[in-house]
Amino acid sequence: MNTPLLYSVTALFDTPDGIIHAAEAVRKAGYKRYDIHTPYPVHGMDDAMGLKDSKLGFITLGAGLMGGAGVFAFISWVFMAAYPNVIGGKPFFSWPAFVPVTFEITVLSAVLVTIGSLIAFFFKFPNNSHPLHDTPYMKAVSCDTFGISIQADDPKFDEAAVTALLTSLHPRTVAPVCYDEAELNHTWKTFDPKFLALLAGVALLVSAATYGTMNVVLYMPPFDWMMNQNKFKPQQTTEQYPDSRMMRPVVAGTVARGFTPYPYKGMADSAGKSLVNPLQPTAKVLALGKEKYLTFCSPCHGNFAKGDSRLRGQFPNPPTLHSDKVRTWPDGSVYHVITEGQNIMPSYASQISREERWAVVHYVRALQRAFNAKESDQQ
Amino acid sequence: MSNSAIDYTLEHPAVAGTPSAASIDEVITAPIDSKPSRGWWIGLAITGSMLGIGVLSVSWLFYKGTGVWGVNQPVGWGFDIVNFVFWVGIGHAGTLISAILFLLRQKWRTGIARFAEAMTIFAVMCALIFPLIHTGRPWLAAVYLLPYPNQHGIWVNFTSPLLWDVFAVSTYFTVSFVFWYIGLIPDFAMLRDRTKSKIKKIAYSIFSLGWRHSNRHWQHYEKAYLILAGFSTPLVLSVHTIVSFDFAVSVIPGWHTTIFPPYFVAGAVFSGFAMVQNVLVVTRKFFGLEHIITLNHLENMNKVMLLTGSIVGYAYAMEFFIAWYSGNPLEQFVFLNRALGPYAWAYWTMVSCNVIFPQLFWIKKVRTNIIGMFIIGVIVNIGMWFERFVIVVTSLSRDFLPSSWGHYMPTAIDFGVFIGSIGLFFTLVLLFVRVLPVVSMSEIKAVLPGAQPDHH
Ligand code: HEC
Repeated sequence: MNTPLLYSVTALFDTPDGIIHAAEAVRKAGYKRYDIHTPYPVHGMDDAMGLKDSKLGFITLGAGLMGGAGVFAFISWVFMAAYPNVIGGKPFFSWPAFVPVTFEITVLSAVLVTIGSLIAFFFKFPNNSHPLHDTPYMKAVSCDTFGISIQADDPKFDEAAVTALLTSLHPRTVAPVCYDEAELNHTWKTFDPKFLALLAGVALLVSAATYGTMNVVLYMPPFDWMMNQNKFKPQQTTEQYPDSRMMRPVVAGTVARGFTPYPYKGMADSAGKSLVNPLQPTAKVLALGKEKYLTFCSPCHGNFAKGDSRLRGQFPNPPTLHSDKVRTWPDGSVYHVITEGQNIMPSYASQISREERWAVVHYVRALQRAFNAKESDQQ
Repeated sequence: MSNSAIDYTLEHPAVAGTPSAASIDEVITAPIDSKPSRGWWIGLAITGSMLGIGVLSVSWLFYKGTGVWGVNQPVGWGFDIVNFVFWVGIGHAGTLISAILFLLRQKWRTGIARFAEAMTIFAVMCALIFPLIHTGRPWLAAVYLLPYPNQHGIWVNFTSPLLWDVFAVSTYFTVSFVFWYIGLIPDFAMLRDRTKSKIKKIAYSIFSLGWRHSNRHWQHYEKAYLILAGFSTPLVLSVHTIVSFDFAVSVIPGWHTTIFPPYFVAGAVFSGFAMVQNVLVVTRKFFGLEHIITLNHLENMNKVMLLTGSIVGYAYAMEFFIAWYSGNPLEQFVFLNRALGPYAWAYWTMVSCNVIFPQLFWIKKVRTNIIGMFIIGVIVNIGMWFERFVIVVTSLSRDFLPSSWGHYMPTAIDFGVFIGSIGLFFTLVLLFVRVLPVVSMSEIKAVLPGAQPDHH
């Protein structure tokens, strides 16, 4: 056990006037490290102690502006970049509707940062091991008495002089406050086995609880009630219809919206003769053609239509599209092959729209031209 | 003072008589340090049973889904939203007393501010139950309420009033809670220095954070309190404004009006003060706090109710006028339907409770009579609950298409949840009066006679 060290000399006063005079006198005497303790804020005490205005407001201002501007920018980003949606026919940047959330977040961030820094930086709390805690002095100022405490670490501190000064101010009592170094400044050991065991236990508990919730509880009633719903899904069987199919076939004669019949069914020759590519080979059309070609044709015909299939023999190797035959074909024939298929090549009519098919034709032409360039192209 | 010459510039003293600071501590900590009385236990049994009914109802709701409620097309908003708005409104008085009256330097607020703030927090908790459970599957709520980055790449709709509500009410709850806690810190330190029990001492030490009543701290503390009050004031106005946007931003006749924000805020303060007044009337009697929560405080609250009640009455009249003046047949129908349609009983209950009875507060005898003011307070709360019912249900049950009109009737489960929220509120109030100081000791000491230095 260490010997008690002197923290401060304290004096208690009965009236607010008494403490104001004491504060003024102590300040005039040139002490810097002293403090006043009162059960409630006493008017005029800040002036008596010569304290400057609290700087807390600047923190509030900064935090509020940052929170508000930050959330406004965030909402704008969500609406204009991350997830643009037309809502009620308004423009994406409809800022008046961003105001409520911006306001709330401004208030929230200003308040939380202010209070957080008040407690952590201005008060240096939580701190329950201050020398003044648990002293008769603290108990008195907690209730109805006003105290002053001149600390021993003040450069001018001299116990006898301070005691004399305080006594001259007509206090109720004057008393020194001591503390025990070891008791106040004990530290927690991070690698204490008990502490580590506690951490491990908490980790285990949290993991187990999370696992149980995510993998067990959520699959028990009533949490799983949304998973099993009273409805049919497309590929299911049913007793309800004689053909047992849940997915109903379309009514005979139904025509999809925007459907145009293809008049050259099974007539490759007339298709080649009569069909004309309605699109101009602009950069946009070629880009569309490239996209569709790479998606739908390249697995079999290869990225450059050279017949270098990526299917590694899982499917009969398709021919190159750079053959003289295909190069001399009219556009309509290529279009016909895409629409109808040819022998084992299936039809792509349901995946690729008419426009897109013509764009693919242009792209195939561009590939052909690129690999069989004429003299004139190279100049 | 004679009747002929009343000095209106004279401020009433914040407390009656000249109690000493030590006696304040004595009186206020008495309920915390003593064993609860039999009356308290009876009260807790009643509110606890009500809470139990609520827990059962909510469990049934979770088990079966929202089908157990009375809501259905066309009235998709029923008791849940009515109760939500009702409870949020109750909370508003607390912030008004603690923040706005603080900024207005009204000393009489000190006696009632702590209690009113606590009631704010409890009321907002009650309110939050309803949006949480109205989905029937609240454990999925975070997914669509809070904006968080997710693998679907989708975000919540920041321009929706319902989302504004989420932000407004949760901010309101957080800020009110911080405000309340900051006010409690010095009182926790006082309790810490008074208590003889070891466990209590540890608890109070933790909650007081090590407060030392140092003037170097008081200086920042007072600044922080001022900042909090400054923020809470626009915040509280924004909260009920945004709640009213839930209605006003839609296009339903009877909801789509610009008068809603001020009208809702006034209504919220009105019902909140009625609730605070009711609870304080009981508490001060029960714990012998008559000299701290004085008749003058109660009278002031009644005056606020008179004012806000008249604003609400004016708003009712103005709604009718504008419906007629707008020349919009749908609006006109909605208001005639309110007064004369199938929910006329609710409408006239609302008008008599909110507009007619509070006018009795013009009479000083009524305003200063404990029994009288208590009854009017209860009536006001009934009326304000009906106001939300009328707004929600009449507009939805008969809107544009007569072919899709309907009638809303709450079920027993609806009532069960509502009773449960009342039970929760009063259970929390009862616990609060036993574990925390119901009046801010440090603030009341500062306004005692002779507490501040004479000007020399
Ligand atoms: C499933 C693999 C596969 C895909 C995908 C595929 N083809 Fe074919 N394609 C073939 C095969 C195999 C043949 C040869 C058919 C035959 O034996 O006549 C062929 C033939 C052709 C021919 C005729 C070549 C000739 O010499 O007769 C053209 C033109 C053609 N494909 C274009 C396309 C285009 C354009 C696409 C993309 C829309 C496409 N193909 C997608 C497998 C495919």
